[in-house]
Amino acid sequence: MEIGISHYLTVAAILFAIGVLGIFVNRKNIIIILMSVELILLSVNINLVAFSSFLNDLAGQVFALLVLTVAAGEAAIGLAILVVYFRNRGSIAVEDINLMKG
Amino acid sequence: MIIQALAFYLFAAVTIAAAFLVITVRNPVHSVLFLILTFFNAAGLFVLLGAEFLAMMLVIVYVGAVAVLFLFVVMMLDIDFVELRQGFLNYLPVGGVVGFILALELILVVGANSVVTAPEGVAASPTPALGEVTNTEALGRILYTDYVYLFQTAGLVLLVAMIGAIVLTLRTREGVRRQNISEQVARTPALGMELKDVKPGQGI
Repeated sequence: MEIGISHYLTVAAILFAIGVLGIFVNRKNIIIILMSVELILLSVNINLVAFSSFLNDLAGQVFALLVLTVAAGEAAIGLAILVVYFRNRGSIAVEDINLMKG
Repeated sequence: MIIQALAFYLFAAVTIAAAFLVITVRNPVHSVLFLILTFFNAAGLFVLLGAEFLAMMLVIVYVGAVAVLFLFVVMMLDIDFVELRQGFLNYLPVGGVVGFILALELILVVGANSVVTAPEGVAASPTPALGEVTNTEALGRILYTDYVYLFQTAGLVLLVAMIGAIVLTLRTREGVRRQNISEQVARTPALGMELKDVKPGQGI
């Protein structure tokens, strides 16, 4: 019943795969895609903290803190772009976004 | 030890189940709520790993800020979610295959070497014994000294994100009457009143 690092890495791997699957199946709903990106970043954080804990090295937790910062900024910017896009077009259909090219 | 193992399996199972529900439930509001559940249980995993400070940061930053922001946007925008769900079953096979293979490969790789040992003297900043200083204090000691530039960069990233979000969503609408303090203060009786010379019996 000893919980080793591989247990945590397995949880993170499954979480990462769920995030990728979420991007695949919710191609039209950009809000769910943003949430899937958050899940992927969370799995990266679990990896960093697990290695930090099992290798007795605090640097991993500092990097996890930075990933947390970037994830928060990314969510804020992504949702701001989404709100502006919705204001202009009245929908958030992702397949029309390429109309903004040029 | 057995309690730790049980807690790990509980947190891990709920994390994965909630994460799966995030991408599959019909209603995006429920999706956000399951995201919050995922983050809470991931915070539990962090506590098990001895990273209490990060666990609390996860709860504060993700549940308190990011998830509430998601909830706010989902409820503010008037979106037809039924239309957005079309194609879910079309993409499910290929997405399922890719996700399954990805998970399988990652699990095979990390499951193969289940024991990770640190070579002597390699740790960039060794964790002090828990009896001496708490996790928060130890993290603070290296964050403000060895990693101060990274810390400042994180602050800059947040500043840029904040300015970007404000600039993107700010709009000046036409036809809105706003307060103009200097104009209001500079107003005199001569400007505010108009004297009319009304002739008797005529009115204005």
